[in-house]
Amino acid sequence: MTFLIAGPLDPAAELASFEDRIGDAGAIVTFTGRVRAASGSGNVTSLFLQSHPILTAQGIQNAIDTAHARWPLAASLVRHRIGELGVHDPIAFVATAARHRRAAFLAADFLMDYLKTEAVFWKKEVTATGTAWVEPKDTDYADKARWNNNTETNECTE
Amino acid sequence: MAKLCYFGRLTDVTGTAEEVVGLPPHVSDTGSLVSWLETGRGWTGLLSDRCVRIVVNNEIQDHDIDIRDTDEIGFLPPVGGG
Repeated sequence: MTFLIAGPLDPAAELASFEDRIGDAGAIVTFTGRVRAASGSGNVTSLFLQSHPILTAQGIQNAIDTAHARWPLAASLVRHRIGELGVHDPIAFVATAARHRRAAFLAADFLMDYLKTEAVFWKKEVTATGTAWVEPKDTDYADKARWNNNTETNECTE
Repeated sequence: MAKLCYFGRLTDVTGTAEEVVGLPPHVSDTGSLVSWLETGRGWTGLLSDRCVRIVVNNEIQDHDIDIRDTDEIGFLPPVGGG
């Protein structure tokens, strides 16, 4: 499975192909993340996403395996952009399918929290005043911590 | 020759995402590699930052590990999330 996409990401097309492989699942949950214009460092004009040639895909696969072990999913899909993105470009697409909705909702939420905190990406925002590498916010770590019942914080965010 | 790969904000200092270098004889593990690079390049504290993880041949290392002149060694600052 190719998780990383260097060109444009088309959520509608991804969903259409996902629907072809979910069998009799009664629930599909999708999430599309887009590049926001407003950020802490000013108005973003573009974003650059860098990945690791091995570890990024390996980590996403592990998160998917965890989700499938935890919830009864019929199928799941993760697509993530790398390279240069413009404002409002889709950056991430997650789809989950299950017999009933709860598993699909929870698994999609879990996968997005993984992508927002632990996934091996480096993200650089370009604004009118310069560039800045950005790291996950405390709220992202708090969201992620919901899944392992601990209050683990990241010591490298300062 | 060893291949060194730098990611994220490290590239702002190193000026390159990867380079191929010959390791001198005294650089035999990740610790001595970090010291050699930081001293020789003036990158004080850049790679020895406890938040920078070292990857040898695509395996994350939590402790110093022996390296060879044919290894690929990556330096990973904290990830930025998607």
